[in-house]
Amino acid sequence: MSQAALVSGRQIVPARRTNLQRLISHRDWQGFWFMLPAVAILILFLAYPLGLGVWLSFTDTKIGRAGQFVGLDNYDWLSDDTTFWMATFFTVGYTVFASAIKFAIGLYLALLLNKNLPFKALLRSIVLIPFVVPTVLSAIAFWWIFDAQFSIISWSLRHLGLIDHNINFLGDSWNARMCVIFANIWRGVPFIAITLLAGLQTVSPSLYEAATIDGASRWQNFRFITYPLLTPIIAVVMTFSVLFTFTDFQLIWAMTRGGPVNATHLMATLSYQRAILGGNLGEGAAISTAMVPFLLAAIMVSWFGLQRRKWQQGSE
Amino acid sequence: MTDTIVQPTAGGILHDSTEGMSYLDTLPKRIVTTWIPLGLILIVLLFPFYWMVLTAIKPDDQLIDMEHFNPFFVIGPTFKHIYKLLFQTNYPRWLWNTTYVSVLATAISLIASVLAAYAIVRLRYRGAQWVGGAIFLAYLVPPSILFIPLATVVQSYGLFDSPMALVLVYPTILIPFSTWLLMGYFKTIPYELEECALIDGASRWQILTKIVLPLAVPGLISAGIFSLTLCWNEFIYALTFISSVQNKTAPVAIVNEFVDGDIYRWGSLMAGALVGSLPLVILYSFFVEYYVSALTGAVKE
Repeated sequence: MSQAALVSGRQIVPARRTNLQRLISHRDWQGFWFMLPAVAILILFLAYPLGLGVWLSFTDTKIGRAGQFVGLDNYDWLSDDTTFWMATFFTVGYTVFASAIKFAIGLYLALLLNKNLPFKALLRSIVLIPFVVPTVLSAIAFWWIFDAQFSIISWSLRHLGLIDHNINFLGDSWNARMCVIFANIWRGVPFIAITLLAGLQTVSPSLYEAATIDGASRWQNFRFITYPLLTPIIAVVMTFSVLFTFTDFQLIWAMTRGGPVNATHLMATLSYQRAILGGNLGEGAAISTAMVPFLLAAIMVSWFGLQRRKWQQGSE
Repeated sequence: MTDTIVQPTAGGILHDSTEGMSYLDTLPKRIVTTWIPLGLILIVLLFPFYWMVLTAIKPDDQLIDMEHFNPFFVIGPTFKHIYKLLFQTNYPRWLWNTTYVSVLATAISLIASVLAAYAIVRLRYRGAQWVGGAIFLAYLVPPSILFIPLATVVQSYGLFDSPMALVLVYPTILIPFSTWLLMGYFKTIPYELEECALIDGASRWQILTKIVLPLAVPGLISAGIFSLTLCWNEFIYALTFISSVQNKTAPVAIVNEFVDGDIYRWGSLMAGALVGSLPLVILYSFFVEYYVSALTGAVKE
């Protein structure tokens, strides 16, 4: 209705128009002009490189030398490369573990913050700080906390009498993996907690009151009220979280650079090492392209999450 | 008038005073189920910052001698590390680079996003829905799969090792996000205002600048603050595209230039991390509500 009014509003303008006027004022053309800056930047620096990356992965391009088409050679080479497989498995493991724990702690923290607390706004702002501070800089702080010689954690445990020598946090493969996963969880929890908190705040307290009068326990309140109402936002938040965990780069690069002996390489850090430091752009691009199927899977999850949300809104 | 229209999205989800059934909880129960877990989580979340600050102001001898001095405290704090950082290294220059790139990239993406979001929501040209969806998808494309091809693109445009490369590339991260956020804001502005303006003879451009933008100021601030923090945070592009020392941004420079074999490096490293984080934390503390609404708005829309 309002749309019709807008159109008729424009038709009051005298009917005859030159081509130039049409270019300026026709609705589709206006849309085109308004979209131009955003679309130009996104095509030049996002869509085109995305395609170019796939193309590069089929070539033997090196830094400073244009490549030739070599078919699947890069992928062939990678499929025999144990470092690549180690990085892939670690990336998947890193994503699964970190996301699961982040979700559990984030949801718990959101539920805590949703209670009736004094200084609630202040608490919320403090919780979000780890997310605001540049990742690299907090990663460096973790690097120092996990230092082999001067780690504050080793010091505390030693003085509590629990261990008798320093823990080699980042020098041992499994320790290093645990440490980077811990740092990732530390950084990701605030984002999940605050976004889920926003979802929780839209749930009316009267639902809980009604359920409690009907004899629902605390767990039932959560399971049958909070969780179903929160599902759509959980789907979206977790998609983002999984996406950003899977493609993480800075944390690993600042803390371990993929070491010790490639134990903490993610696909992103490995592709940086091969492509930029090693100069094999083609091979690096193949590693990046190998990440795409995983990302598509994550996006599908998000899509179905959003679908479900529409369905729920429709029933309101 | 203005406030009543835009407020629901700006702060509407953040009611802080819902008592609910919490009055049923007794004090000891509340301490055990709420305050203790909350306190533990907060300590873990904040400890790295305490450690950062402490290390940045600790004299060198206390830093490595953990047997005579309790490492959790500092005796006779010093500003030596911070002084050294600000006056004997390129640090101010790196901070300036970061600020310059962030502000320019944010400005470019805000302008582009306002136009795009307005066109998608209000001009409703043919295919607007599809473009909206495509922009959401662009939001999901992470930098770590783009940096290799982008390095060749940047090289071929002759922008390699120039801050302009970052200014042009960062909007690819910011535009999808800001457009999506602003679309949400523009939808809350009533059509009737625009109809009135059209009847009074305003052009589309006048409607956008004189009616829609003033009403969407909270949205613009949210998008701007969030974009600034994203730029400041960005690492992989800055690491890949910038090679000379003076053109680096602060996060990259700290990782690459401060890491040497020196056993005393921790003081200056932590000082660098602290000074690099402070501008963002200060900015954030002034605009918490806007930041939170950007964060949650982008997820909810």
